[in-house]
Amino acid sequence: MTKWLENHLPKMVLAPSFIAVLIFVYGFIAWTAWVSLTRSKLLPRYEIDGFIQYDRLFDSPRWDTAFGNLFIFGGLFIGICMVLGLALAILLDQHIRVEGAIRTIYLYPMALSMIVTGTAWKWILNPGLGLEAMVQGWGYPNFSFDWLVDPDMAIYTVVLAGVWQSSGFVMALFLAGLRSVDGEIIKAAQVDGIPTWRIYSAIIIPSMAPIFLSAFIVLAHLAIKAFDLVIALTGGGPGYATDLPATYMYAMAFSRGDIGQAASSAMVMMAVVFAIVVPYLYSELRVRND
Amino acid sequence: MTDVTATHAPAQAVRPARSWGKTALRWILYIVLGLFALWYLMPLFVMLTTSIKTLEEIRTGSLIALPRDATLEPWAKAWSGACTGIQCEGLRPFFWNSVILAVPSVLISTVIGALNGYVIAQWRFKGANIIFALMLFGCFIPFQVVLLPMARMLGLMGIAGTIPGLMFVHIIYGLGFTTLFFRNYYVTIPSELVKAAKVDGAGFLRIFVSIFLPLSLPIVVVSVIWQFTQIWNDFLFGVSFSSAGTQPVTVALNNIVNSTTGVKEYNVDMAAAIIAALPTLLVYVVAGKYFIRGLTAGSVKG
Repeated sequence: MTKWLENHLPKMVLAPSFIAVLIFVYGFIAWTAWVSLTRSKLLPRYEIDGFIQYDRLFDSPRWDTAFGNLFIFGGLFIGICMVLGLALAILLDQHIRVEGAIRTIYLYPMALSMIVTGTAWKWILNPGLGLEAMVQGWGYPNFSFDWLVDPDMAIYTVVLAGVWQSSGFVMALFLAGLRSVDGEIIKAAQVDGIPTWRIYSAIIIPSMAPIFLSAFIVLAHLAIKAFDLVIALTGGGPGYATDLPATYMYAMAFSRGDIGQAASSAMVMMAVVFAIVVPYLYSELRVRND
Repeated sequence: MTDVTATHAPAQAVRPARSWGKTALRWILYIVLGLFALWYLMPLFVMLTTSIKTLEEIRTGSLIALPRDATLEPWAKAWSGACTGIQCEGLRPFFWNSVILAVPSVLISTVIGALNGYVIAQWRFKGANIIFALMLFGCFIPFQVVLLPMARMLGLMGIAGTIPGLMFVHIIYGLGFTTLFFRNYYVTIPSELVKAAKVDGAGFLRIFVSIFLPLSLPIVVVSVIWQFTQIWNDFLFGVSFSSAGTQPVTVALNNIVNSTTGVKEYNVDMAAAIIAALPTLLVYVVAGKYFIRGLTAGSVKG
C-alpha cells in the first residue's frame, strides 16, 4: 500500500491542477465556443444555431471599430515599444555611470496597475486643465492637444499610455540580450577596427533574434488583453471610438446582456491569440525537449 | 574600457585619446537618457503634486507647477471619504479587500505551483510534458474566453460576488505561471540528486522538503512577487466577479475617478491612484531584481 502510494504520489499531486486546467481553461473555452453558436441573449441557451452570432458580430459597426482599433493599437504599441526599447537598451549599454538608477526609473511603470496608468494619463491629457492648458498658459493660446476627446485621435492616447507603461520592460529584455552576446566576438571585431554601429547592426542585433520574438509575444499578448487601460483612460469613448475587442466583449457580457455576442467576440480574440502564441509555444517546447 | 568580459560586453571602440567629438557625443547621450527619465517620471510627479494641491490651485495653476500651499486633505479623503458610487468610505475598505484577496491567493498558488513544478521537472512520467504544455497554454488565453462560464460556475458554487470566489479565480489562473516558474527552476537541478536520495530511502515528499525546498528561496520570491503584482493590479476579474462590498482596490479606484456625483476632485483622484499603486511600487523598489526576473521568466528560455 505504501509502495503503491509512493509510486503514484507524483501523479496525485499533479492531478488536481491538471483537472482544474482541463475544466477551467479547456472546458470553459469549449463552453464559450458552444454558446457562441447559439441565440443566447441575457441567459445562455444551448440549441446550436449556426454562425448567426459571428454574422451579427462582423455586421456590427461597433465591432468593426473595436477590431480595427486592435490592429491600430497593437501595431503601434508593439512597434514603438520595440524600437524605443531597443534604442534605450543600446544607449544604456555604453558604460553609463548611473545605469542602475536610470534602469529603475525606466521600468517602474510596469509595476503599476493599468488602471493607475490610465487615471494618471487621463488627468495629464485632459484638455481643460492638463497639458493643453499648460502650454496655452505659457503664452501659446492657440495650442491645441485634445486627442483624448477627439474620436479620430483618442486611440493614439491609449497607445501613448501603453508605450509609457511597457517600453521600459522591453528595454530591460533587450538590455539583458545585449549583455548575453559573446564578448569574445565583440572584442575581436573591436580589435579589427570595426565601427561601433557596425558591430551592433551586423553582430549583436542579429544574434538577439529570439529576444525580439519573446518581446513580440509578450507585447502582442498585452495588446490583446488591454482592457483596463482603455476603461480607465477613455472608457471606450468618445462614443465607442476607442473600443477594443476586450471592452466590446465586456460590454456585451455585463451591460448589454448579449451573451451570444460576448461569446463570439471572445472566440475571435481567442483565435487571434491562438494564431500568435501556438507557433511560439510549439517551437519553444520542441527546443526544450531536445 | 578594453577589458571587455564575456558577461558584460558593450560594443564600444577601444578607447583612443578622448577627442572633443567624443566628449560632445557623451554629453548628448546623457541628455537623451535624462530626457527619457523625465518622460517616465513626469506622470508620477504630476500625480504627486496634484494630489497635494487644493482644487482652487488646480483650476488656476499649471499642470507641472509645484503646489504653493500643500495640503494632505485629498489624501485623507481618498483614504476614507471619497465616494465610489453611493458609498462614501474612500479607498480603505477596498484596499483591505485587496490585501485579504491577494495574500492567500499568492501563497496557495505558489505552494501548488512549487509542487507541480517539482513533479514535472523531476518525477517525469508519461504525459507529464503534455500536461505542462496544456498548463502553459492556459497562461496565454485571453481571459474574456472564460469570463462567462466562470460567472456561472461561481454562482453554482455559491461564491459569486465574494472574496473567496475571486481568490478561487486568481488561484486557478495563476497556476500556469507559478508551475512554469518552478518547473524551469527545478529542471536545472541535477536528477542524480533525486536518484541518490531515492537509493538512500527518501520518498517523494521527503526529497521535496529536505532537498528542493531549501534551494527554492529565489524562485519563491519571483513567484510571490509575480502573483502579488498580477492579483493586486488585476481589474478584469475584479470588476466581473465582485459585488458592491467585495471590490478590489483597482475597481474602487476606477469608480472614484468616474464617479459623477459632485465636483470633480482631481487631487483626490490622484491621491487614490497613488494609494492603489503603493504596494506594488514598494515591492518593485525593494525587490526590483526579482520583479524583472519574473517578468522575463515567462518569455525568455531559461
